[in-house]
Amino acid sequence: MSAPLENLAQPVLEVGLELSPAAWIMITGSVTNVACALVGCFLVLRGMSLMGDALSHAVLPGLVVALLIFDSTSIGPMFLGAVAVGLLTTFLTQTLKQYGQVPGDAAMGVVFTSLFALGVVLVKLFVKDLHFDFACVYEGSLELVPFAEPVWGVPRQFVTSAAVLLLNVAVLLLLWKELKLSSFDPNLATTIGFSATAMHYLLMVLVAVTAVASFEAVGSILVVAMLIVPAATAHLLSDRLWLMVLLSAGVGVASAVLGYYLAEWSNTNIAGMMTVVAGGLYGTAALFSPRYGVLSVVVRNLQVALRVLREDLLAMLYRIEELGSEQRLTPAGAREAVGGGWLAHWSLSSLVRTGRITRAGSQLQLTDQGRDAARQLVRSHRLWETYLVEQLGMPLDHVHEPAHRVEHFIDERLRQELQAELDDRGQDPHGRAIPE
Amino acid sequence: MISLTLSEKVMIGTALLGGMAGVVGSFAVLRRRSLVGDMLAHAALPGICLAFLVMHSRDFLGLSLGALASGLLGVGLVTIMIRWTRTKEDAAIGIVLSTFFGLGVVLLSKIQDPAIGGNKAGLDSFLFGEPGNMLNRDLVLLAIVAAAMLLLVALLFKEFKLVCFDSDFAQSQGWPTLRLDLTMMAALAVVTIVGLPIVGVVLMAAMIIMPAATARFWTNRLHLLVMLACALGVTAGVVGTKLGHALPAGAAIVLTAAAMFLISLLLGLQRGVVWSALAEFRLRRRMANEHLLRSLYELSEPRLPDLDLLSIDQLRSDRHWRPWALERLLHKAEQGGLIDREKSSVRLTPLGLHRSATLTKTHRLWEMYLMQHANIAPDHVDRDADDVEHLLPESLLLELERQLAAEGRLPQIVDEVPESPHELPSTSGSAEGDRA
Repeated sequence: MSAPLENLAQPVLEVGLELSPAAWIMITGSVTNVACALVGCFLVLRGMSLMGDALSHAVLPGLVVALLIFDSTSIGPMFLGAVAVGLLTTFLTQTLKQYGQVPGDAAMGVVFTSLFALGVVLVKLFVKDLHFDFACVYEGSLELVPFAEPVWGVPRQFVTSAAVLLLNVAVLLLLWKELKLSSFDPNLATTIGFSATAMHYLLMVLVAVTAVASFEAVGSILVVAMLIVPAATAHLLSDRLWLMVLLSAGVGVASAVLGYYLAEWSNTNIAGMMTVVAGGLYGTAALFSPRYGVLSVVVRNLQVALRVLREDLLAMLYRIEELGSEQRLTPAGAREAVGGGWLAHWSLSSLVRTGRITRAGSQLQLTDQGRDAARQLVRSHRLWETYLVEQLGMPLDHVHEPAHRVEHFIDERLRQELQAELDDRGQDPHGRAIPE
Repeated sequence: MISLTLSEKVMIGTALLGGMAGVVGSFAVLRRRSLVGDMLAHAALPGICLAFLVMHSRDFLGLSLGALASGLLGVGLVTIMIRWTRTKEDAAIGIVLSTFFGLGVVLLSKIQDPAIGGNKAGLDSFLFGEPGNMLNRDLVLLAIVAAAMLLLVALLFKEFKLVCFDSDFAQSQGWPTLRLDLTMMAALAVVTIVGLPIVGVVLMAAMIIMPAATARFWTNRLHLLVMLACALGVTAGVVGTKLGHALPAGAAIVLTAAAMFLISLLLGLQRGVVWSALAEFRLRRRMANEHLLRSLYELSEPRLPDLDLLSIDQLRSDRHWRPWALERLLHKAEQGGLIDREKSSVRLTPLGLHRSATLTKTHRLWEMYLMQHANIAPDHVDRDADDVEHLLPESLLLELERQLAAEGRLPQIVDEVPESPHELPSTSGSAEGDRA
């Protein structure tokens, strides 16, 4: 599986592009990663991410049989073996699901482990003389890419990977809308008149071919990772398929380049490090993606919670003023009234800081600015209560709670619409004035 | 101590492993988590490497604990990803699987580094399995783990059952589904990790899935499923090891399990393909016969009570028969004494008239029901009539019959038809008296 080690010391590329070995490693890694990421997007969207893992194991018997028939390890027979096994695995998995009522994941597990075991047995029985290094299969040999025999003046692995990348790009461009539709709505696709099943098989063949083409250069583990991780990362960042595909390609390239430098720096396996970098990029996206990241969601929720607390505080002070009593809230009392805790503390101090509330001695008082904001809020609340009673016929004692929740999300335009709908009524159903 | 030969030790070890993998695998397969075993097996690698780097020894227990820690971390991450991000289960499993394994590869290359002073020999057997290395104390460990797993499953059987079949219901009833789920996955992790050094990564995944998926073809009852999966796992271990003298042991075990899966897929009593295909064939044949009889009745209907000769061409234009299928049906009907044949014409016998009239009545009652009670458009109701009498209440049937009779479309069933077809000579003319 690996190039002779004595080649390592010699400069190889006499013709063609003059690039440093490091550049060739990164370029070959990038090309392979992008080729995997492109088809990976559709796997992830279809919920079949683990098909990459399954196929990369299941191709073993196909490769062995191809080797036995054609007596060569060149790429042509290997592709044939890969395509055959890709189709076979897909067919068997589908058949087990459909006729054996085996759950999809179990069907996949049964098929790929059986085929892999069959491959191991075939290797043992028929290819005794072949040096079969398991580690080489999963780790790949990116380190050796610049020193492989050149084809057309560039490393052989690069040629293979580039060919597969071109194939994948071509299929994606030609069958873009078919792939898109059959990924999101296979039934509609079949109704419209092209077979979602055919698309499924096509995709599986692409995965198998891509995996086999990439094995020698980057190893199975990076292939499996690149079929899933860039696509899942891009899925966290975008809701548009074309953008997702482009982003996943970007993640593939970034993993290759960053992975190479980190591996050089720490003197470790390159393909393994590229996988780790891809995982790190996914983790970053999972935390910080603007829309779907865990931290973004937490921050957004926190912001809303704080705004609601601030507005509740303002509205409370306004209502106390409205009652005309001389009694004023103390800061502690106000915090207590909105549930207490550090969130309440934080909200109150931010209101004081922005000049909506002043402290007069130990008592709280609305400023003019604060009173304006509070008036709008109370107006929203009472308009909504009136609307619920008058237009939806809800009982009087059931309207405060919903209005209390929705008041924070009613803007000026909606207030005007409510006002118009309610014939400019001046009072809410409890008999209190709706402030202007 | 008892002294055992190596092959006896290996056999007992694989049998124990197969048995407990079958038990915990049953729940994993039912919970649609079949591939978590695969993920755990891959995710164990960085833990093994870290344990080695920390301890500088290949102590089995230490490495296993490292593997268990990283496996559990992987399960935890998958759970978090599913709950907190938009990444789906399959992609989450794939991401953890590949990234962890990549990290393991990086650590392995670090361990190989002469500066660190280790080599990875011995760690490899954790990935690819080496049953020949089994020691007495490994057997003791396997036995302890197997006993612990049995105890756990026995204690939490009801809870696991509930979570497997209806986790939403379990949650609504106040069961801690998340904790139960994690317990189940932890049990899976323990079994996977003690099995890794014996059968290797891929084949361990197979041991989890195959016995359970095989047992599923034989029973719908959980306790039987678990026991059967356990027995199948033991069998796979024992038989596989026996075959394993000539073949790689892990692969032989998986192929044994695969063979049992295949047999069960075909012959399994609950979901076997052969039985369901046979049932479907019988249903199709019955439906074809009934279609023929109804066509014959409808063609004879205008001239009843006289039974006319009907040409086969007439029949053929009534329905889209394939010529050979029609020929076979007619032959069967003639043998059953339902029709008489004269060259290219047929005629219903009185017995045939009775049968076909019953069928047509059933069909028309069903049509009537669909139009009146299910609001199906009249041009959509011509479905295959089935035994409508069994589906509808008696009162409704009488009402339907009354309406059909009022429209003059109620088929008259001749009462004097002889009961048994076998006592009848199948010649025409015997029915002359009945028709009068």
